Amino acid sequence: MNLAYRDIRHNAGRFVLTCVGLGMLLGVVLAMFGIYRGMVVDALTLVRAPQADLWIVEADRRGPFAESSRIPGDTREAIERVHGVTAAGSVTYQSVDIVRAGGRLRFQIIGYEPGRPGGPATLLTGRALARNHFEMIADRSTGLMPGDTLMVGRNRFSIVGVTAGQVTSSGDPVAYVSLLDSQELQFELAPAASRIETARGVSGGGKDTVNAVVARLIDNVRPEDVAQSVRRWKHLTALTQAEQETILTGSVVQRARQQIGLFTSILLAVSAVIIALIIYTMTMDKIREIATLKLIGAPDRTIIGMIVQQAVALGLSGFLLGVALISSVKDYFPRRVVLQPEDGIVLAAIVLVVCLIASGLGVRLALSVDPAKALGG
Amino acid sequence: MESVSNSDALVELRKISKHFGEGDTRVDALREVSISVFPGEIVGLVGPSGSGKSTLLNVIACILEPSSGWMRLDQDVVYDSRWLKSDLRKLRLDKIGFIFQFHNLLPFLNTTENVAMVLELSGASSSEARRRAIELLDYLGVGNRKNAMPATVSGGEAQRVSIARAMANRPRIILADEPTAALDSQRAGTVMDLMSRVAKEQHAAILVVSHDEKIFNRFNRIFHLRDGYLESSETINQPR
Repeated sequence: MNLAYRDIRHNAGRFVLTCVGLGMLLGVVLAMFGIYRGMVVDALTLVRAPQADLWIVEADRRGPFAESSRIPGDTREAIERVHGVTAAGSVTYQSVDIVRAGGRLRFQIIGYEPGRPGGPATLLTGRALARNHFEMIADRSTGLMPGDTLMVGRNRFSIVGVTAGQVTSSGDPVAYVSLLDSQELQFELAPAASRIETARGVSGGGKDTVNAVVARLIDNVRPEDVAQSVRRWKHLTALTQAEQETILTGSVVQRARQQIGLFTSILLAVSAVIIALIIYTMTMDKIREIATLKLIGAPDRTIIGMIVQQAVALGLSGFLLGVALISSVKDYFPRRVVLQPEDGIVLAAIVLVVCLIASGLGVRLALSVDPAKALGG
Repeated sequence: MESVSNSDALVELRKISKHFGEGDTRVDALREVSISVFPGEIVGLVGPSGSGKSTLLNVIACILEPSSGWMRLDQDVVYDSRWLKSDLRKLRLDKIGFIFQFHNLLPFLNTTENVAMVLELSGASSSEARRRAIELLDYLGVGNRKNAMPATVSGGEAQRVSIARAMANRPRIILADEPTAALDSQRAGTVMDLMSRVAKEQHAAILVVSHDEKIFNRFNRIFHLRDGYLESSETINQPR
């Protein structure tokens, strides 16, 4: 006869409510895992989009994501001539924040040369850029659709294509425009500012600057070897795709990971305390029954089994409810939440261990109950 | 301690003493109490508060170690200046049934499960335990409440289920702690009738701690305790 199951069945309402509460807490823990995973995926999405093998940036910089980087626009032509490079493209990155439909729309603009590396890998709908001016491919999280138009700077852009899941490490959606348009956006001054600069005798030139050049290599060429060749130009730094990803995950997302890790640890500690208190209270509520069981001769293993089974049932039910909860709402989070099976398994194992430790309090209490408590009214 | 005993008795105590504390704080709860209870007997342990009857019940239940003396339950000498059995809980399970003032049925088990649980703890299969539990409930006249939860049965019915649970392992000794205190006169009478029947039919020795004078005339013998002493022993009616 399973006493734990029967006690749970008898107090089903209370048990379910407790599980729901615990499930919400564990759901938040799982969400924190998911948010971190999403942050990493977001960060890597941008760096993986050009499908590049090599990133060429300003010398002694870890750009274009971790640091700013500016290199001459003709660098791409030089890179294309390096042995092992099959294709190269110039790219620029800049954040914009515009007013649209009464609200603010913040996104990152990537400028690339149509037909060269640097543009979106795939489109959800619409077409690639066909002209060098005033066309834009936007991620669907901007809410823009093909046919929509958008004022950015002093130019109106037409949306011609839509991507999916293209966001920056900070969660902002991405939009692609031609390199020329992006350079104008980045470097062209407003008429008033331009007049001031002219009056100061400063040339308005120098717009042909890019943030990086991405290069694709021949299959059997080692990226490190090509990077070494590029580094011989003193004004350039070459990073392999792996190095670029390491910079993003190890540096750009590092602080967020620490923050989320600490917060998750606190949540887990709170969960452990709550589980321990629940188990302890559940045991306290059964002092008389435990005393009766001891008096009529039930062995300790029966009583310990009841408490431990209830603790594990509580923890695992809470965990499953948490998984169900977070799985059903994860798409409504403003940022990407990525739930991975291994994170679930780790959390389930942690919950199991916490439940076993927490049930120790209840077991200790139960074992200390004097069977004489069952006598004497 | 003497080893010659009245082998017919199911419960036999010789000079059992129990004190708590030492020196100025020493309290003698039991002072050389010697009693014997025979099969088929219902005996009452009565006395004012603090007389030692609960202490004596706890000693016989093997949940309180005496300070000195000798005690035999059924055929086993369980105490001779120290416990002689290592697993007292198993001893209780096999040899002693308990009836409580507030029945102490487990609220999360139905009446049948409350009785069957004791049998399962003794190693009976689930189906065998259930069959025997229903048999006992029928025997005690509460078979119609076999699926009821304790909270939904009356005090009298709950006490009958409690008696069924006490009888489940066919113990030779049943200890009852104020079994009628929470019942009206009619139900108290019914419960005592049932206990008499159990004592007679199962050849069990039943010890009842009680303040309830209404039921004193249902005992075969009454042991009067005062200040830890066995003050007197009174025979009310011999078991038939």
